[in-house]
Amino acid sequence: MAILRWKPGFYGWHRDPFAEMHRLRREMDNLLGTGRRGLAPTAGVFPALNVSEDEDNLYVRAELPGVVPEEIEITTKENNLIIKGQRQIAAEGEQVSYHRREREAGSFRRIIALPTRVDSSKVTAACKNGVLTVTLPRAAEVKPRQVEVKSE
Amino acid sequence: MADKELQVREKQELQTDAEHTMPGVVFTPAVDIFESEQEITLLADMPGVTSDRVTIDLHNDELKVAGEVETQESENETYLLREYETGRFHRHFSLSDRIDQDKISASMKDGVLRLVLPKVEKAKPRRIEVKSD
Repeated sequence: MAILRWKPGFYGWHRDPFAEMHRLRREMDNLLGTGRRGLAPTAGVFPALNVSEDEDNLYVRAELPGVVPEEIEITTKENNLIIKGQRQIAAEGEQVSYHRREREAGSFRRIIALPTRVDSSKVTAACKNGVLTVTLPRAAEVKPRQVEVKSE
Repeated sequence: MADKELQVREKQELQTDAEHTMPGVVFTPAVDIFESEQEITLLADMPGVTSDRVTIDLHNDELKVAGEVETQESENETYLLREYETGRFHRHFSLSDRIDQDKISASMKDGVLRLVLPKVEKAKPRRIEVKSD
């Protein structure tokens, strides 16, 4: 029997002990084409969000078809982003009868903690084809910065 | 009506026997379909689809609605959290009424497709009088 050296940092106690199990399940799901293909479990709060980053910004996106920009309210509070709003579906009159009615109207409010500090005065939001994109520039102190090495 | 809180619903993937030749996930959009005496109207939620990327095909009473999604993410972005996937939309319906193909109109606004299918004259309800001899 080989004795393997225990690597702290890898399976260490400071890490989520179930993380490896979750990863395995995700890989199995990918393999079998079932499940949510590497998607995070939904938070159970509307709307579902995708968060991404590049060097300068964080991007928070949500699919909000039929929601007019005036009905969306975006607030940043400390390191949280709050997205509130409502989706209205206009009545089509009394003369019509429905075959299908799957689209829903209602209000929503979601808060999400941001992984880095952002410059809240420069946050912008845009709605394009029913997809909301909130662009949050990183705060100056957390931006990657090149440090010059001086010779004395 | 807007008092209700919206619930997250997972996007429904298209279930079909037909095999795909294009890579990527295909979703079925949520729709409202209603009709009046003159026309059938279809509203479909297709976020991320622009008006030039919608295809509507009506053939032998079979209506196909499809939409290609324009990606909004740039290439150097990396995901920190993914709760939804994006992909094409596709759904088909069979229509019972005769549709006047020349008068079909479609518009796209805020990711919602509105498709108006006017019925042909024959299919419009007509009162039939019973004559007595």
